[in-house]
Amino acid sequence: MATIHLQQVEKKFGDFFAVKPMDLTIADGEFVSLLGPSGCGKTTTLRMISGLETVSGGTISLDDRNVTWRHPSDRNIAFVFQFYALYPHMNARQNIAFPLQAEGMDKADIEKRVEEVVKLLRIESLLTTRPNKLSGGDKQRIALARALVRRPAAFLMDEPLGALDAEFRETMRAEIKSLHLSIHATTVYVTHDQVEAMAMSDRIVVMSAAEVQQVGTPAEVYYDPANLFVARFIGSPGMNLIAGQYAGGKIQLPGGEGYLTPEGARTPLGAALNGEGAVFLGFRPEAAEINPNGAFTGNVYATDMHGAYTMLHINLNENEIVHIRGDRAVAFPIGTQVRFDLKADMVRFFHPKTEKAIWQEARP
Amino acid sequence: MSSVDLQGITKDFPGLRALDDVTFTIKDGEFFVLLGPTGAGKTTTLRIIAGLTKQDAGALLFDGVSMEHTTPADRDVAFVFQQYSLYPTMTVYDNLAFPLRSPLRKVPEADIRKKVDETAQKLRITHLLDRKTAKLSGGEMQRVSIGRAIVREPRVFLMDEPLSNLDAKLRESLRVELQHLQKTQGNTTLFVTHDQIEALTLADRIAVVNEGRVIQIGTPIDIYDRPATTFVATLVGTPRINLFNAARDNGTIVIGNSGLHIPSLSATPAELLLGIRPEDVRPTPDGQFTGRVGLTEPLGVETILHIQSGGQTLLSLVPGMAQFKLNDTIRFNLAEDRLHYFDMEGKRL
Repeated sequence: MATIHLQQVEKKFGDFFAVKPMDLTIADGEFVSLLGPSGCGKTTTLRMISGLETVSGGTISLDDRNVTWRHPSDRNIAFVFQFYALYPHMNARQNIAFPLQAEGMDKADIEKRVEEVVKLLRIESLLTTRPNKLSGGDKQRIALARALVRRPAAFLMDEPLGALDAEFRETMRAEIKSLHLSIHATTVYVTHDQVEAMAMSDRIVVMSAAEVQQVGTPAEVYYDPANLFVARFIGSPGMNLIAGQYAGGKIQLPGGEGYLTPEGARTPLGAALNGEGAVFLGFRPEAAEINPNGAFTGNVYATDMHGAYTMLHINLNENEIVHIRGDRAVAFPIGTQVRFDLKADMVRFFHPKTEKAIWQEARP
Repeated sequence: MSSVDLQGITKDFPGLRALDDVTFTIKDGEFFVLLGPTGAGKTTTLRIIAGLTKQDAGALLFDGVSMEHTTPADRDVAFVFQQYSLYPTMTVYDNLAFPLRSPLRKVPEADIRKKVDETAQKLRITHLLDRKTAKLSGGEMQRVSIGRAIVREPRVFLMDEPLSNLDAKLRESLRVELQHLQKTQGNTTLFVTHDQIEALTLADRIAVVNEGRVIQIGTPIDIYDRPATTFVATLVGTPRINLFNAARDNGTIVIGNSGLHIPSLSATPAELLLGIRPEDVRPTPDGQFTGRVGLTEPLGVETILHIQSGGQTLLSLVPGMAQFKLNDTIRFNLAEDRLHYFDMEGKRL
């Protein structure tokens, strides 16, 4: 397996950046997701790594080998697509064996390699079936097997679960992660689904508008988003963000509420805001606790029962709705006034101009 | 607003029974959700209520009055589709005003303006009124579509997967708006979806349908806590319910291929299916059962643990970013009052 280095890699169409210059190192055996909304540049990045797309600038290396201008077939990487790209006239076994036959490997070795991946993926029962008779999940299993059988230096996956229905997606997500844990293949995985990226990745590269927003572990992008985009994009719903005015350790919020900031945050807040000024207060839905003496007041706008929990939507004032996650027994009629507090270690702050997190490195 | 009664509605298409004896009542002011997979008959049901398709057997009543001889136009229902069918060259205002300008209604222009303004305010699209709809985002267009439906106060709203074309974040926020709107206005609404989260979070009551039949009708809590069949149990809840083959064993029940013994029901068949929702598989240091962590999926707000016990894998849902390592030994309990027992045909015991 290989380490992948991207050094100032960029893609331009005329003056338009599809991917702004980015640096990224994907360690040997690491599972890294490129995550972002459509048009953010994640698929273009993946295609540049694979060689299906040329770079406009920068260098791509696999281990110490510069492959920037190498043909895709000369990079020793395997691509798994959203649409399985299986050969319809071959059965599953023939599809899996095909890349090895194309390399001219001898028959006994092919047999052995195919047996290995078949066992690994537990697809013995599918081998004599043609793709058009297989379910979406099984087709993707065969496509994975065909990628695995070559023992490539790295796997590139472009939304491989995107075409599956919810039921298969959950199962395949766990299967791909298990597979990764058993073979530790360097993997770059493209998705627009933050749940997938969180569940599967060692690290996540969050992208938006052709630019990397943050590179971090699932815990880092969830608890310490680098900016407003990441705060909103990660989580379902995303982080609550309330605009307020900071002065003297307190944030004045719309509706007249004042929030006393945690002590440790005051020095960085003062520094970032030149003493005082507009700021975003951010917190995850589970960071709020309904409490009759809480510092925040609002009215219940809607209540969602999700089975295992309840999501309360609280109207702080016109057009400022925050989401609070509670026990599934929590239920209030629409319009009920509720008070809540925030867990101090779960509160974050963002600069409204730069949109960057203010208190990130100051946290214990 | 009206109540809607479906009594034994059956509809055949060549080679296919689309609806088989479908019976339910939507109460006046109720938010009623039809939940089921593709091909369950959801859209056919909507079309029959709207009068766009005619049933082969059974009766449809609005407020107790048969709709047998009432034309679609006279039924006074409003349809919201998955694809927003707005007039692209008209402004948002004119799109909203359009249903009121029908020559049949003869609403004075001043009243129209009042109604449109009110509707726009409810849906927070006042700032868009002068824009052409072709210039709007998907979420804005769907707001306008909903606005066009509510502006004329029909007897019944019929919504056919109105949120499924939107991206995840928009879907979430529009879902909340829709719930607020319906609860504060009390519109009788039939909402069709294949998305269990939409069904749980929006509905007063849900009818789970499959292959043209109604499988279960109940409140979201009923459906989630007391699924009538394994089909309903697996359709609702994410991650999916754990479902195991189990057997009676010396006054207890043993989960197949594992050493997990759990309390028996009073009259348990020799073989059965046992369901446990992931949040009811609870790791705790002094837990009764032992397993091994096979996989963790951190989602931020919670973590899915795959616990291997004997030859079985149990999914467990725990709060936060749980600090379990792969292959850790883990002790856990199963919430005994939240176990689901089904017979081998999948019917709740």
